[in-house]
Amino acid sequence: MKKILSILLSLILIASAAACMPGCGATKAGKNGEVNVYNWGEYMALGQEDDIENVIEMFEKETGIKVNYTTYDTNEELYSKLTQSNDSYDVIIPSEYMISKLIDEGLLKEIDFDNVPNYQYIDDRFKSLPCDPEGKYTVCYSWGVTAMVYNKTMVKSEPTDWDALWDPALKGNILMFNNSRDAMAIAMQQCGIDPSNCTTADVDKATEKLKEQKPLLKKYVMDQVFNEMEGGQAAIASYYAGDIATMIEENEDLDYCLPASGSNLFYDAMCIPTCSKNTGNAEKFINFMQKPEIAAENCKYLRYGTPNTGAPEYLDDDIKNSELTFPPEEYLKKCYVFQNVSNDVYSYMQEQFLRVQAE
Amino acid sequence: MKSRKLSIPYILWMLIFTMIPVVMIGMTAFRDKAGNFSLTPFVKAFEYKNVFLKSLWIALLSTAICLILAYPVAYLLTKMKKSTQNTVQLIIMIPMWMNFLLRIYAWKILLQKNGPLDMALSILGIHGTYIGNTGAVVVGMVYEYLPFMVLPIFTVMSKIDTNLIEAAQDLGSNGLAVFKKVIFPLSIPGVISGITMVFVPSASTFLVAEHLGGMNDLMIGDVIDRIFLTDQNTGSAISLILMVFILIFLVLMNLFGDEEAIA
Repeated sequence: MKKILSILLSLILIASAAACMPGCGATKAGKNGEVNVYNWGEYMALGQEDDIENVIEMFEKETGIKVNYTTYDTNEELYSKLTQSNDSYDVIIPSEYMISKLIDEGLLKEIDFDNVPNYQYIDDRFKSLPCDPEGKYTVCYSWGVTAMVYNKTMVKSEPTDWDALWDPALKGNILMFNNSRDAMAIAMQQCGIDPSNCTTADVDKATEKLKEQKPLLKKYVMDQVFNEMEGGQAAIASYYAGDIATMIEENEDLDYCLPASGSNLFYDAMCIPTCSKNTGNAEKFINFMQKPEIAAENCKYLRYGTPNTGAPEYLDDDIKNSELTFPPEEYLKKCYVFQNVSNDVYSYMQEQFLRVQAE
Repeated sequence: MKSRKLSIPYILWMLIFTMIPVVMIGMTAFRDKAGNFSLTPFVKAFEYKNVFLKSLWIALLSTAICLILAYPVAYLLTKMKKSTQNTVQLIIMIPMWMNFLLRIYAWKILLQKNGPLDMALSILGIHGTYIGNTGAVVVGMVYEYLPFMVLPIFTVMSKIDTNLIEAAQDLGSNGLAVFKKVIFPLSIPGVISGITMVFVPSASTFLVAEHLGGMNDLMIGDVIDRIFLTDQNTGSAISLILMVFILIFLVLMNLFGDEEAIA
């Protein structure tokens, strides 16, 4: 019996070793090493459509560096991966408030800008973002605002401000952000509170406002908003302006509204976390993404604003002139930028938002 | 002795991947954020009692519908020729080969406004909303878990000794009596494992309600998913309570039938 067992065990060992070999070969680094990129889902031009290039393939071809690309859905998911797992990432693309948090907690490496010559193309106003005032840790990747998209055939009057999301006439046809920070920010604006930095008392007021809105909503959504709006399933939704541009291309009944009282201006920037093991390659990757033609390709796919001053020359006029991709300067003056709120306030906000939904 | 040795790999597996995580969840559930012993996570978990009840209700309803649909199918299956049996079994299994999320998306398209169902019923002059309600969630769950009900019942039923049925007939039972006195009681172990296999995953499922449900169809699985990002303690407490509920359910099931069916 023992003999049979030992034979079996050694067979298993050999089999697993053999099974591993081609597997290990496949994931082996490129000839110039590898770079682990952790990005938002659907946040880079990867050949999703016929006229969109795959910028990662272009990078791999040009540099011989293998890119291991994985994605996350929320800043919080990124944060918990960075703090609670042993995975090592070389390039991450968090939003501004998460960047402040990561800098405060010492989780980001300073970037050596000598290795990122294309940094010259970055518009000056994105070189000293409020979350990284000295511009030591970040290379802005894209930026945009939140706005509203509505179906012209389903609304009675053209919406002009966020209060349209509280309009009883649209009951059952309103979609709201399913993300605590964005949903709370809109509710805070409705209560006359500055959402950029808030206290638990502000969160309480916003919670009440959201409870008031809940009976009117069809759903809280994130990515589902594309299907809902493009398919004419809902009348109005709050979402990111760049994505609204994409939706409008799919359904001509849709139109957009930049809310009169302003909205959230967000930046996502490429950073190198301290857990990075391939810092040199990370800098090469960041540099590549800021080549004007590559930045333009990403902008063409994302429809979010690009901070790259060289990019517009590679863009079609309808993108270059779109208010959704590049909101006008006067509008940006009305917008607010999220600051990092303390952990307590942040988790309170998250909890309260869940309570509204669970009620 | 022999059999014990062979079970070592599984025991190790269970120890590392089942026991240790459960103990860790238990430890997290009884702590506050600073890591001190605390019952706050349970107090907070209690706030979601409505969601709990709703989830258990949806799971029970789905399980009951699965049972009603599956039992006759399983019974008829045993009556079929071997070759037909294989084909029908295959048809029951095929949906399970497809990605779970894809099946939910398909339901979403079927049920949505101006979707196939809406269009068809509009022709008949019936107008309504078929998505965004608890009914749609239950339909999604039933579709998802039906095979898990059919297969165990069928397996147990097909093992029923035909001599027993013949004996009952010889003793003068008519078809109904044979079913009531012989087939049904002998199929109970299958029914119980079917119920367990449908109820347990549907009570803790997530994403189905997010796609097919409406504003009030948040399920406890979704709450755990959301809350874990910022508050692992409460998340663990909710998971633990859910585990206790499922355990109670299994024990109750145990009282009704054969112990082996549950394991």
